[in-house]
Amino acid sequence: MKHHKWIITTFYIVFLMLPIYWLLNMSFKTTNEILGTFSLWPREFTLDNYIKIFTDPTWYNGYINSITYVVINTVVSVSVALPAAYAFSRYRFLGDKHLFFWLLTNRMAPPAVFALPFFQLYSAMGLFDTHIAVALAHALFNIPLAVWILEGFMSGVPRELDETAYLDGYSFWRFFLKIFMPTIAAGIGVAAFFCFMYSWVELLLAKTLTSVAAKPIAATMTRTASTAGYELGLLAAAGALTIIPGAFVIYFVRNYIARGFALGRV
Amino acid sequence: MKKTTNQKAWFLVTPVVILVALNALIPIMTVVNYSVQETFGDNVFFWEGMKWFEQVLRSERFHESFVRQIAFTGMILIIEIPLGIVVALSMPRKGPWVSVCLVLMALPLLIPWNVVGAMWNIFALPDIGLLGRMINGAGIEYNFTQHPVAAWFTTVLMDVWHWTSLVVLLAYAGLCSIPEAYYQAAKIDGATPWAVFRYIQLPKMKRVLTIAVLLRFMDSFMIYTEPFVLTGGGPGNTTTFLSIDLVKIALGQFDLGPAAAMSLVYFLIVLLVCWIFYTLMMRGEDKL
Amino acid sequence: MAKITLQHIRHSYTQNPSAPGDWALKELDAVWEDGTAYALLGPSGCGKTTLLNIISGLISPTEGRVLFGDRDVTDVPTSERHIAQVFQFPVVYDTMTVYDNLAFPLRNRGMDKVTVAKRVTEIARMLDLEGMLSERASGLTADGKQKISLGRGLVREEVNIIMFDEPLTVIDPHLKWLLRSKLKELHQRVGATMIYVTHDQTEALTFADRVVVIHEGTVVQVGTPVELFERPRHTFVGHFIGSPGMNLLPCETRAGNMIFSGCVVEVANPSSSDGDGKKLELGVRPEFVRFDQNGFEVELIKVDDLGRYQLIETRRGGHVIKMILSEESPVPVESPRIVFDPDHTWVYADSWVVS
Repeated sequence: MKHHKWIITTFYIVFLMLPIYWLLNMSFKTTNEILGTFSLWPREFTLDNYIKIFTDPTWYNGYINSITYVVINTVVSVSVALPAAYAFSRYRFLGDKHLFFWLLTNRMAPPAVFALPFFQLYSAMGLFDTHIAVALAHALFNIPLAVWILEGFMSGVPRELDETAYLDGYSFWRFFLKIFMPTIAAGIGVAAFFCFMYSWVELLLAKTLTSVAAKPIAATMTRTASTAGYELGLLAAAGALTIIPGAFVIYFVRNYIARGFALGRV
Repeated sequence: MKKTTNQKAWFLVTPVVILVALNALIPIMTVVNYSVQETFGDNVFFWEGMKWFEQVLRSERFHESFVRQIAFTGMILIIEIPLGIVVALSMPRKGPWVSVCLVLMALPLLIPWNVVGAMWNIFALPDIGLLGRMINGAGIEYNFTQHPVAAWFTTVLMDVWHWTSLVVLLAYAGLCSIPEAYYQAAKIDGATPWAVFRYIQLPKMKRVLTIAVLLRFMDSFMIYTEPFVLTGGGPGNTTTFLSIDLVKIALGQFDLGPAAAMSLVYFLIVLLVCWIFYTLMMRGEDKL
Repeated sequence: MAKITLQHIRHSYTQNPSAPGDWALKELDAVWEDGTAYALLGPSGCGKTTLLNIISGLISPTEGRVLFGDRDVTDVPTSERHIAQVFQFPVVYDTMTVYDNLAFPLRNRGMDKVTVAKRVTEIARMLDLEGMLSERASGLTADGKQKISLGRGLVREEVNIIMFDEPLTVIDPHLKWLLRSKLKELHQRVGATMIYVTHDQTEALTFADRVVVIHEGTVVQVGTPVELFERPRHTFVGHFIGSPGMNLLPCETRAGNMIFSGCVVEVANPSSSDGDGKKLELGVRPEFVRFDQNGFEVELIKVDDLGRYQLIETRRGGHVIKMILSEESPVPVESPRIVFDPDHTWVYADSWVVS
């Protein structure tokens, strides 16, 4: 690995970390200090923001709710997308190209457009204020994304692999689970992470479809932009904490992403 | 690659179709419905036909937002795609640093968009923000709340900071999927690093990069929260992009008709551009 | 010129190898003659691909030196070693035509257009690719792509070692035979040293002049296919080659005789010592066992008629002994007795043949 490559990566990461450091900086300050002075570290270090979050049930329930529906959504989206992507990648069937493109069109409208109709739809189904509702609503955007990403990776795997496996006596599902999925591990890792990420940060629909029981952290955070003006310190702390679950997810899938191509045979 | 014709493949696709269609049909019907009607409140609607579409397409305000949006999206794509590829190429592929790099790079993506806008707002302020102080300290006059150029610069920089990692992750995963044998063959053939990039890496990343470009195009074309929280569309309306304008019309003036018509026009523009790009990219892939 | 010498080669993929299991390739010394077709034969994971990559320079050996002729190439990069390698699955540059694929290695070395054109058409003709030169490489079938891979190696005149890493893995069965014959024909025309890695004994035995059998990172035998069949020096060779493999039966020495299950057996390499505590085994291929009233008694388990020969399974003392007889040979049902051909029965101590 050439050493001059390191420079690019390092610069990029430093660039990314500066605002995050600033975010952390803000999270340990009071809102007054944030708005009043410029300081590279908190003059009056305070844990109040974090304490508020950990002790106020609205806040920490928000986290739990968010994690719940995001995980449901990720699992559903990726599981459903896998066989579909395989079909698009390996087979030709009636309407396949149009169907593939149509999937993507569901991401082409601003979410604001869906807010009111979704509200009506999910209320009518009796699913208002449930985790399932948000998980399914997000599926509208995430499933097409997962299908597209997975299909992209699957197309990079030569068909010969499938045929060799069938010759060796594998049934379709055994081949899919034991040979194929490890081969496209990078794609699965990326797809899962993106589904998680997009669902995690989505504000508008999550807020619209919930009120109390399934209220996500994102909605609680917009509360801080309330009539009292921005409670910046609190917002910063909440923001910093929202990074953590996602960091776990990417750590968890890192091996899948960085994995090389393994043919499954030596 | 060779695809076999097999209508039974529909079974594999059915769950996806059900879940997505369920979510898509009702809103579409609703929006189309609104876009061709007029309401004066009380849920009473009058058929107006194409009136709203004509109004939208002729309005100068729409044209201006549209141009601003194109400029913004154009800048984003020109910066983020090459930058993302370059970073992905320079990242380590094996060893302990891989995890560190991946996790750190993914962090900007995970921050809720309103927090992104808010933190950049403070970060870029000339008196109390690190960035604002640094630039002004270097002798450049910089205040994004007052100068349009500064506002654009900050908005673009924020987006680059926020979303380039998406391109990096996709490109990186694509790179990692290239079998080692290709690099080995290239060594034997005496290929230069540029040839390796041009003939092995780039072609193998084509599909993944297409996804990256389409995603960034769509998301930046519909961008709302971050610039809204950062600049509010200002100073004046110099950073009022299409979505911001749309919401102003729909919620501010509660003109459902024009708003719905604008949404549809918006959607059709995105659809058209994506379709053109996709067809160009995938031309020749499906032979055999 | 292209004589390959491997001196004290050892290789480990771990940073600080300590246990024997850490070494992918254990101590290896070999000299391989110029212009010969070698097969590296062994099961998955035995180290043959590692060895191949050390020779081609894609891996640097943890210990030891590699010499081509008299030249020490251990630190020479792959592109300067004058070798070519064909991989397990087809590696072609998808965006280029077949012509450009074949021309690529030459253009990278700065050759002029005329020479390039000459070489490319010559090699394309040799490989029956002439008609497809202007087609995109990605459109070819798997065997066509492997030919392109091979062509990229042949097109460079200075190449004198060509290596194959299980190249027929993804080829359709009915095309495998054609491609194999093509490789043999090429070997005779081009005269380069060819090294062919495989886990398929048929491929190895039909392609190679000499076969190198590798087991758990060690070379256990180098020899012609006939030698490996008739005089296996390691039980692994006996077991891996031949279908079914050699019969391996525990035995012991008593007063200078080899005893199996209470009977004296005549062998080709009687050992004078009594084993020194090593595990003693008798090895005899099913082809060299026959029915004979002077032999020892066995129990008849199974007779399979496989067309031109019969596969017979017998048992004595809890050990299975397999036999292969021609289809006309009679199989005695009443108290069958068998005898081992002494010239083809060997004694092994700790898996190695006793000399």
